[in-house]
Amino acid sequence: MLLIDTNTCSGCRLCEKNCPFAAMLIVDEIAVVQDNCTLCGACANVCGEHSITIERAAATPEELAKFKGIFIWAECGESADGESLVPKKVTLELLAEARRLAEKTGEEIRVLVLSDERPVNTDDLFAHGADGVIRFVNKLLWPYSTDAYTTVISAMVAAKKPSIFLLGATPDGRDLGPRVAARLKLGLTADCTQLEINDEGQLIQTRPAFGGNIMASIVTPFSRPQMATVRPNVFAVSENPEIDRKGDIEDFDVALQRGVVRTKILEVEKVGETGGGIENAEVIVAGGQGLNSPDDLDMLRELADELGGTLAGSRPLVEAGWIPHTLQVGQSGITVSPKLYIAVGISGAVQHVVGMNGSGSIIAINNDPEAPIFKVADVGIVGDAAEVIPALIKEIREAKKAA
Amino acid sequence: MKILVCAKQVPEVTNVQVDPETGTLNRDGVASILNPFCEYAMDLALELKEAEPDGEVEIVVLSMGPPQARAALLRCLEMGGDSAILVTDRKFAGADTWATALTICKIIEKLDGVDLILVGKHAIDGDTAQTGPMLAELLNIPQITYGVGLELDERKKRVRVRRENEGGFERVQMRMPGLVSVSKGAASRRVCSFESILDARAKDISVMTADDLGLDEAELGLQGSLTQVVKVFPPISKEAGRIVNGTDAIAAAHEVVGILKEKHFV
Repeated sequence: MLLIDTNTCSGCRLCEKNCPFAAMLIVDEIAVVQDNCTLCGACANVCGEHSITIERAAATPEELAKFKGIFIWAECGESADGESLVPKKVTLELLAEARRLAEKTGEEIRVLVLSDERPVNTDDLFAHGADGVIRFVNKLLWPYSTDAYTTVISAMVAAKKPSIFLLGATPDGRDLGPRVAARLKLGLTADCTQLEINDEGQLIQTRPAFGGNIMASIVTPFSRPQMATVRPNVFAVSENPEIDRKGDIEDFDVALQRGVVRTKILEVEKVGETGGGIENAEVIVAGGQGLNSPDDLDMLRELADELGGTLAGSRPLVEAGWIPHTLQVGQSGITVSPKLYIAVGISGAVQHVVGMNGSGSIIAINNDPEAPIFKVADVGIVGDAAEVIPALIKEIREAKKAA
Repeated sequence: MKILVCAKQVPEVTNVQVDPETGTLNRDGVASILNPFCEYAMDLALELKEAEPDGEVEIVVLSMGPPQARAALLRCLEMGGDSAILVTDRKFAGADTWATALTICKIIEKLDGVDLILVGKHAIDGDTAQTGPMLAELLNIPQITYGVGLELDERKKRVRVRRENEGGFERVQMRMPGLVSVSKGAASRRVCSFESILDARAKDISVMTADDLGLDEAELGLQGSLTQVVKVFPPISKEAGRIVNGTDAIAAAHEVVGILKEKHFV
């Protein structure tokens, strides 16, 4: 229920201008809410006098059952030429997983696409399982800002009432998810690595906690949609997209004022050894504290080059300043799932392992036969990296020559 | 200028394990520490304080947790915080990120004129990174997450934050009051002098409980939480792989490259 404190309301019209749905009118210099209000919270967010409060009572099971459909936020990046926007890979991972959940619930999947006027490739979204796209184009939606995205996504969710809402657990996804959840008073589970639907139709959201030492399964019994951010590179993208599959694109056009955006990006600075970053690398050679000096990274880089891969490392190397944080694999770094992961001098603490155990093949090189990394490795070499790596490089070069 | 740093006491997570029989957390003998990212947040607050004339910047530290969380606050006061608030009550037990953010929001609303709130990007036990942004939303203030460095503008009305993002950094500006969640940047862990440790003992740690909030009990702790943990279990470990003796590096390399060839990596 939306309440207006008529004693403090100044009739300033900010709520009227900022209501996405034109559901707020100023009558005799006091705000009055109309019947088409969705309780999306945009008005309370802009009210300078704090005159608007929204009371959200716990819903009854009958009310919860009215929420239908799976929503996915398509976080977009710029194409190489900057001419168009492309949904990030995690969106396709979420679609593959949502498709699996939808088999069980029989619900439709809709992808929320927010962008400026540039074209967005939606064909991939349909090919990977989306039934529909809800699109909102506005120049304020590039680049990403917490405030504009929270306002628009909250409006979409409040108006459309899905039962599940998934976001990628990327930096921006984890920036946005909790804002939307708090605005709409929704339960939110962070950084999930497994999703299931139980017999009651609830979403079971499973995630690592305590640095990966335990897994916790979580439900959201009292609010809808059930919101979760989902760790990138955990779910596989569908290998057989249906390229002819089509869906509907709905234009969602609501009021969005420049004044809601309270932050401004002044500068963007790209780092990283590859353009794509380690999250999309197919081959990774990662070093750990078993290396003797920063110079050892050269041979790792050379090995990575021979395999068409990229260099990464575990947390101690970042702490020592040998590699930037953007190359850190693990719980407090980036989760990766390359086809091949070569761990060199990495002991295999659980905090590291949770960031790489989704890799296709894992090769570990360590001189300690008891190192826990060998428990997750498909192939383990017990030996000295300074001898084994150059031998590997030489052997690979010879194999290539022979081919 | 008043900076509020939210700090959490956490177990040293490397040593936490699940009892495979009962499925419960085994915290026996596990030390409690100040969450490292909260410590980085303190570092950035202290850098701002040191950059300004004496007395211009006041740092208040807040922690919600059991009575033992006083130790985490004391650590922040030793580092150079001016005063601290311990938010503690059995009624807060079991709070999820929503219930935690709501509780802390109600406390902050009672404090006068907080210009900047600094929080750790996440706590190393829960790893959610949610409480900070939820708190900012409930307070209706802007946020910048994953900050690694910050500076005030000339008029001290805005803060400029270096923010980590995928594949690089951004420099983002925000009007104050606002909230910044702090990742590990250049800030280094401070070594506290004996003098500052003694000084901290004289600083004020006030205690606030559920009675100070003006919230219905149904909004607190486990009862007020929107998510529920239904199961806790140890991660599944996989079958052991093949071990190659690397004493003869050339032979080992030959064997492994053979496997790489089979899998078409070479």
